[in-house]
Amino acid sequence: MSAFLSGLVPLETETEGFEAPGVHSFDVPPLFESVPWFDKYMLQAIISVILILAFWLIMARKNAMVPSKGQYIGETAYFFVRNTIARDMIGHDFRRYLPLLIALFSFVLVNNIFGVFPLSLLPTPSHVGWPYGLAIMVWVIYNGVGIATHGPFGYLRHATLPSGVPAFMWPLIIPLEFVSNIIVRPITLSLRLFANMFAGHLLVLVFVLGGEYLLLHSESIINKTAGVVALIFSMAIFGLEIFVQSLQAFIFTVLTAQYISSAAAEEH
Amino acid sequence: MTPMELTGSLGIVGYGLGAIGPGIGVGLIFASVIQGTARQPEARGAMMGTAWIGFAVTEALAIIGIALAFVFGGL
Repeated sequence: MSAFLSGLVPLETETEGFEAPGVHSFDVPPLFESVPWFDKYMLQAIISVILILAFWLIMARKNAMVPSKGQYIGETAYFFVRNTIARDMIGHDFRRYLPLLIALFSFVLVNNIFGVFPLSLLPTPSHVGWPYGLAIMVWVIYNGVGIATHGPFGYLRHATLPSGVPAFMWPLIIPLEFVSNIIVRPITLSLRLFANMFAGHLLVLVFVLGGEYLLLHSESIINKTAGVVALIFSMAIFGLEIFVQSLQAFIFTVLTAQYISSAAAEEH
Repeated sequence: MTPMELTGSLGIVGYGLGAIGPGIGVGLIFASVIQGTARQPEARGAMMGTAWIGFAVTEALAIIGIALAFVFGGL
């Protein structure tokens, strides 16, 4: 009777040896001891740049009128960014910003997919420096576009003061819009990408490490069954991660296009 | 020892509170997508595109919550 009941004992008594994944799971050592900044994140980013350059250079070269399958894939990717993101968001002079949007979309997508790719299994934007760098670049670009279109004070007036606001609300509206448009936008842009990659990778780690621990390092049969179920369900979590990573790459590019468009917009 | 002493991670409680808003927001987004599709089925494609953009922007706050709960709460 007590032997049967001990199989139903809750998990608190059997997880002393389990090391839960946390922030420490993302600390990777450098690849060579003498070069402290060259770790797995940097290697993945460099490989992603080489892959993207090779892909787009090959796409730009072979241009048959009746497209082959490889050319069709490249054209689909190009048309997706051009039609859905650039033309709909920015308007009639989207061609100046199209290389930026294609490069951003490709870079973020490839680095996100590294999170489910079997050889790397670590999404590069899960280290917060990468989204920070991308968001700072996007911030400089959309503010630069606004200043080039309207002039410095004209751009500040355009960004912080929507048309048709009565004068007594200006002390309320101007600081609020300034903080919202110029300070908070790069923060949320970078944190959205970082937190999605971080939380998604952590979810995968919890299922896989927890399932492995339950399956191999615990005694009761109920825990072992739970471990098998956790490991099988981690495959579904991988599928969810593919969807979330693609969506986040798309969202980053769409929001960049939106910020550029609203900075360069003419007054009606 | 003090009676009624609670220990734990306040970051996780903060995340739980912070996930209320995005949960309601995502529900509102997809409720309006379902209603709009019911009224006009041929507008489904354009609505779903905007729905995914709105979903990602709303979900960002909940995801920032869970990430910062780990960073500041410390498992």
